[in-house]
Amino acid sequence: MTSNKVIDIDHLSYDYPDGTPALRDIHLEVYPHESVAILGPNGAGKSTLLYHLNGTLMGTGKVIILGVPVEKNNLKEIRKKVGLVFQSPEDQLFCPTVFDDVAFGPLNMGLDEEDIRQRVQKALGVMGLKGFEGRSAHHLSEGEKKRVALATVLSMDSELLALDEPTDNLDPAGSRLLIERIRAIPQTKVIVTHHLAVAFDLCERAVLLFEGRKIEDLSMGELLKDRALLERFGFDADYARWMYEKSARFQSSRPE
Amino acid sequence: MRHAFLDHHSQTESPIHHLDARAKIVVFFTFILIGVSSPPTALLLFSLLALGLIAIAVLARLPLGHLLKKVLVVLPFLFVVALSIPFMQKDAVGGGYNLGLGGLSVSRNGLWILWNVVIKSCLGVFSIILLSSTTSFPQLIRGMEKLGSPRIFTMITSFMYRYSFILIDEMHRMKRARDSRCFGGRWFWQTKVIGHMIGTLFLRSFHRGERVYMAMLSRGYHGTMPETKARRLGLGEVLFLCFTPFLLFLRIYLG
Repeated sequence: MTSNKVIDIDHLSYDYPDGTPALRDIHLEVYPHESVAILGPNGAGKSTLLYHLNGTLMGTGKVIILGVPVEKNNLKEIRKKVGLVFQSPEDQLFCPTVFDDVAFGPLNMGLDEEDIRQRVQKALGVMGLKGFEGRSAHHLSEGEKKRVALATVLSMDSELLALDEPTDNLDPAGSRLLIERIRAIPQTKVIVTHHLAVAFDLCERAVLLFEGRKIEDLSMGELLKDRALLERFGFDADYARWMYEKSARFQSSRPE
Repeated sequence: MRHAFLDHHSQTESPIHHLDARAKIVVFFTFILIGVSSPPTALLLFSLLALGLIAIAVLARLPLGHLLKKVLVVLPFLFVVALSIPFMQKDAVGGGYNLGLGGLSVSRNGLWILWNVVIKSCLGVFSIILLSSTTSFPQLIRGMEKLGSPRIFTMITSFMYRYSFILIDEMHRMKRARDSRCFGGRWFWQTKVIGHMIGTLFLRSFHRGERVYMAMLSRGYHGTMPETKARRLGLGEVLFLCFTPFLLFLRIYLG
């Protein structure tokens, strides 16, 4: 059973270096091709949890990614398997050109030149960024930066994508475009967001965090109907209901 | 926010722009070395060098006016040298020019020194401006690296290039936030606020550095920057590199 889990987290706790508790006793299992939203207010530990997926942070407890425990000795392997996209593209994009940034991961993987070139082309194609190779990150719009940031991990062909607030700072059109592109990616995805609409558009499953603890782990459809839970987390329950009603996704599987 | 680019005009289409950065670095540095090492009296050599550079600029379809304006950055240095001329009276041989200003006179030696500095700095700066206007910064860095510049230097430079813009943005934002909260008052109070701003900028950059490093690690970075292969030099580069022996020849026969 363990072998087909993409993420297997057990009893994970983490304190910030200054002693503030960040995560408490987290359990999480994610299966292939699932798309899981991690929701919660600011400071709930969403990003902290995400950083545990590739060993950027390491707490106490068990984190196993695709059968490989996240430990110091396995980090190289883990980082090939997990593509982590940071919230700010300014942190994610550190090379002089878009090409260099997208090629950075594959280069570190020691692939040969032709393979890298193809991967970069493919990743940029998926993100709708053909022809951007020679551009510098600081000449791009925020939306383009976000898409390049995603391309930098797509080129690594990771089996798991961990995205931190992918639509943060984007205008509605940019956000829509990015969501469509992300939806087209077949890999298993864990997406941190505090926008219910983004979670609804991208994920079938929602994990709710509050003050470092996992409060709920349920399907998107269940979440959208659970007025009490939504209100507890400050989401607009009427809007959620409306999304639920209008969505074709739930029409066939609706219980009544 | 938008900035004046460091490598203005480097995206223009021209035969010079298409050349490999290595060839351009070598040729332009030869121009500088030849210029700097020549005696100030080699007037023919200087005019040939200037002609050569202008020819390259024309071939590169760069607006000459813009380039010449940029050469003006040498003015402050010239000013310093010019100031010292009246006091260089050591050579009585060549004779001086009396300005009639309270006994001040301009010596011939002094004028040669001024000329020496003017022509050499102008040629040098012109070469560098041509290089940076025909080569984008990333290409320039890659070229330096392929020519054997230590990787740690090129890496630091490329990070500096990438993040200087973000740092400038951050500074502008802070300045704006400060100004919109009625910054003003006495000079002493201002220094305190500016001090805080510098401190904040430092801390933010420091944290940014940490996050960037995490992003690098996440994509498999393990201490050494991966290398890409350089493309082979073509006919264009070889032709352009012919400038180097030609300039050396000029230096020997005209210097």
